[in-house]
This record gives sequence, structure tokens and C-alpha cells, in this order.
Amino acid sequence: MTRTPITASRFAINAFAYAVVVFLLVPTALIIPMSFGPDRFLKFPPAGFTLHWYAAYFSDPDWLAATFFSIRIAALTAIVATIVGTLISLALVRGRLPGKPAFELLVVGPVIVPNIALAIATFLVFDGLRLTGTTLGFVAAHTALAMPFVVFTILASLYRFDADLERAALSCGASPLRAFFWVTLPQIMPGIVSAALFAFIISFDEPVISFFISDLDHRSLPRKMFEDIDYNVSPILAAVATVLTGLTILALVIGHFLGRSGRSGSTTRKTG
Amino acid sequence: MKSRPSRFLLGGRTYSPAVSLLLALPFLLVILLAFLLPLGMLLRESAFAPGFTVEHYRKVFDEPVYLRVMYRTVRISIFVTLISLLLGYPLALLMARARGLQLSLLLIAVLLPLWTSVLVRTYAWLVLLQRDGLINDMLTGLGIIDAPMQLLRTEGAVVLAMSHVLLPFVVLPLYASLRAIPDDYERAAKMLGANGFAVFRHVTLPLSMPGITSGCLMVFLLALGFFVTPALIGGPQQMMLATLVQQQVTELLNWPFAGAIIGVLLFAVLVLVIAFNRVVRLDRFVGQV
Repeated sequence: MTRTPITASRFAINAFAYAVVVFLLVPTALIIPMSFGPDRFLKFPPAGFTLHWYAAYFSDPDWLAATFFSIRIAALTAIVATIVGTLISLALVRGRLPGKPAFELLVVGPVIVPNIALAIATFLVFDGLRLTGTTLGFVAAHTALAMPFVVFTILASLYRFDADLERAALSCGASPLRAFFWVTLPQIMPGIVSAALFAFIISFDEPVISFFISDLDHRSLPRKMFEDIDYNVSPILAAVATVLTGLTILALVIGHFLGRSGRSGSTTRKTG
Repeated sequence: MKSRPSRFLLGGRTYSPAVSLLLALPFLLVILLAFLLPLGMLLRESAFAPGFTVEHYRKVFDEPVYLRVMYRTVRISIFVTLISLLLGYPLALLMARARGLQLSLLLIAVLLPLWTSVLVRTYAWLVLLQRDGLINDMLTGLGIIDAPMQLLRTEGAVVLAMSHVLLPFVVLPLYASLRAIPDDYERAAKMLGANGFAVFRHVTLPLSMPGITSGCLMVFLLALGFFVTPALIGGPQQMMLATLVQQQVTELLNWPFAGAIIGVLLFAVLVLVIAFNRVVRLDRFVGQV
């Protein structure tokens, strides 16, 4: 293909493809300059430069409460989902798990079922169990949602791991636990770290389930954003969106470099 | 040590069924509490009141108001799927031919929006499409229209914003399947005298069919249940299924009816997934591109 001369049609197709790239990136990118603009109503190009909206974000107790609530939930979800996900992955790969096909089906379940269905169903049950607005409720719901992504990422690194290394440790007299913690775990660590980051991001900007299981005093950041977008489109939102996007990019970059040794991880996700 | 089967057995050791179940237990608890139990309760709510009834399901299809929402949801989802495919295919083609830095940059351009909060991307469209937003400014500035148009709360705006949000989901599987086509095939076709279009029509397109199917299925399924973007960009006239359910639950507390709508959605999703199960492997949904 390299030697094919660029024909007119190929040129047209490539130009169209680059236009699609612009379509993909530009709308979101425009928010960044707007967040530094002084106008009460968002204008492009901005008429000046100000950090006013960032100051407003970082001094508003409502926004801060929502942000910290989301960070806490996302961090806990990352920890819980990674531990639970590692255990089930080990059972799926190494174990003689009874009913394995059923478990595999349950692993993909949360990807297949639309988020709105999960959200409504979770709301119904959590309302009865008084779990709405609680850290436990959010972490449980987000852990279930992140499970497929976490398990697939860890499974991939378990499959790549040379099992002979663990067998060697065992035949040299290491106990199974010692062999796992000293040999297997360090080897699959890049996969686990990527999985944790995915779980963090999935929880941190999950809007649909959060919309329903938040209560008046405990709102996640996406729920707070949803309300503000719906009721008063203030430029603070542009500042929040810029910070959020920056954090997501940072997490992805960290994940990329940490996970580099074992190029692993899910590149896709689910949205609602 | 007993004889180990062989190096082909994945795993340094195999855990006994009891240990395996123990390892799976936390997963089972999470899935029970936050997946199986909620869905089961909601579906029970939709069909038992307290005796078995299909009354709520009948309401979904009998009352024109609700039927219109269902019909609109399917129509918007089809449009979004087609637009995503149309925009995504050339991009995936470009990516499949790219190497090195160019490929990395293109991959970033697709992955970055995918991992940007859907709220952020929806908000961006809200800002662009509002009455004194950039798009109206440009259109009036260029003299294409005299006065700012109503862009928000139109079906076109909903389709546009949803296509933007869902586009990466079709590009990635397309890219994967186009990338898997050996260069030789197209070269051979050219040597046998096929022109560019014939090569595309008879070689590239058929071989990229798995990517087209799984990408379109993914976008369509996500679009059917999409909540955030239609709820914020559209108005009551553009209401889709997810917003209808939200209204039934938060405003009317009509759980049985909300359950029935979700039941219909789940049924549609399951039928599609099972129908395409042979073409689209489930793990593709979680993507190891």
C-alpha cells in the first residue's frame, strides 16, 4: 500500500477523515479557552483572560463537596473493584470454577445491560435499603459497573504471564500464597494498575447511576454538573469541565506509562 | 508434586473448586447486590402487582404517547448509527493505513474523546448550539441566516451531539478489522486490474464487515438507552426512552410502568446481542483492540 500513488479519491477520503478528527476534538477543546473568558455568557473567542471561574469553582462549597465525594467514591471503587476483579480473574483462569460459563456471563453482564436500566433498578433497591447517597451504595454500584473492564484487563495480563515462573516457585518449595505474592502478583501488576485507573475514571465521571442514587446532601460531581447544565449554564461549568478533562488525560497518561511493560487494558468503555 | 499436565495449561497451579468459589465469592456478592437483585426486583415490579399482569407492558405499546417515544428512540438510534458509520469509516481507513507518529496521534484523537466525560462533551454542544452560541454567530456572520435559529431542543441537535459522543465506539472496531486485512489482498486485486473503487467494493468492504457489524451494534445499543445527551440537548418534543423512564420514576413514582419500559429495552438489547453473537464476540465490547 505504501507504493500506491495518492489518487484523487484517496486524497478526498483522507481530507474527509481529518475533518472528522476536527469534529471529534474541536467542540470539547473550545471549552478550555472559554473557561478563561470573562463573559457571563460563554463566548468564543473570549474577550479577555481571567481565572475568575476557577476561583469560583474552588471556593464554592457545593462544587467542592461534590468533587471530594466523587474522588472518595472513585478511589474506593478502584480499590474494591481491583481486589474483587483480581480474585475472580484468578478463579476464572486458574481455578476449576463450578458454573464457569455462568460466571463469564455475569462478568460481561454490566456491559450489555444499558446504564439507564442499571440506574433505575439500582435506585429502586437502594432506596429500599437506604443506600442512596451513601458511600457504600455508590461504591457497590460503581464496582459492578467497572467489573467487566477490570476483569478483562486483568485476565489479559494473567494470560500473558508465563505460568512456568509460578510453577518454578512452587517446585522450589514456596507456598501457594508466597508464590502468588512474590512471583505472580508483581508480574501482573501493570494490568492491575491499568484496571484500577479504568475503575477510577469509570466511577469518577459516571453520570447515569449517580443521577439516580444521589440524594440532596450527597451528590457526585457528575450529578452536580448535570443539575447545573440543566438549570443555570454558568461559566463555572467550563472551568469544572476543563479540570475534569485535564484529570482524565492525566490518569490516562499515567496509566499508559505504568502499563507500558505489559501493553494492556481496555481501550473502550461504556457511556450513558 | 503430581505430574503437571503441560505448559499449555494456563496457570502455575489449578485451584480446587472450593478455593475457586471462595475467590469468586466477593464478585458474586457485588454482582448480586448491585446487578442481579436490582434488575430482578425491577422486572418483578413490572409484571406482578401482586399477581402476574402484562398490563404495564401493554400500556407501553397501547398508548400513542409512549409508542411515539419508543418509535423516536429507535429512529434517532438508527440515524446516529448511520452517521457514526459514515463519519467513522474514512477515519478508520486512514488509521489502518497510518504508521508511527501519525497513527499514535490519530489513536489519541479517538481515545481522548472516548475518555472525556460525556457530560463535558454534551455541555460543549449546549454551548455551541445555544441561541447566542458559536454556530449561530457563525451562520449569521456569514449571512447564511438572518437571525439566530433555535438549534437546541431539536431532533437534529440530539442526533448531532449523540453521534459525536458515540463516534469512537464505531471507529475502534472498524480500525481493528481494517488493520487485520493484509496489504497483499488489495495489491493483488489492483494487479488483477481492479480500480480503487472495485478494490474497496470487493475486498476492503467485505473484509471489514465484522468491524462494521460490531461497531454499529455497539453504537445502536448505547443509543437506545442513552440518557445524558438527549435529556440535556433535547426538549420534551425529543424525549427518548431513558428520559421517559426517569420521568416515570422521579416525578410520577410509577415503578411498574418504568419497569415495563426497561423490560422492553432489555428484551431488545438481549435479542440483538444474541442475534449477533456469532459475528460479535462479547469480549469485543470491552475491547482489546
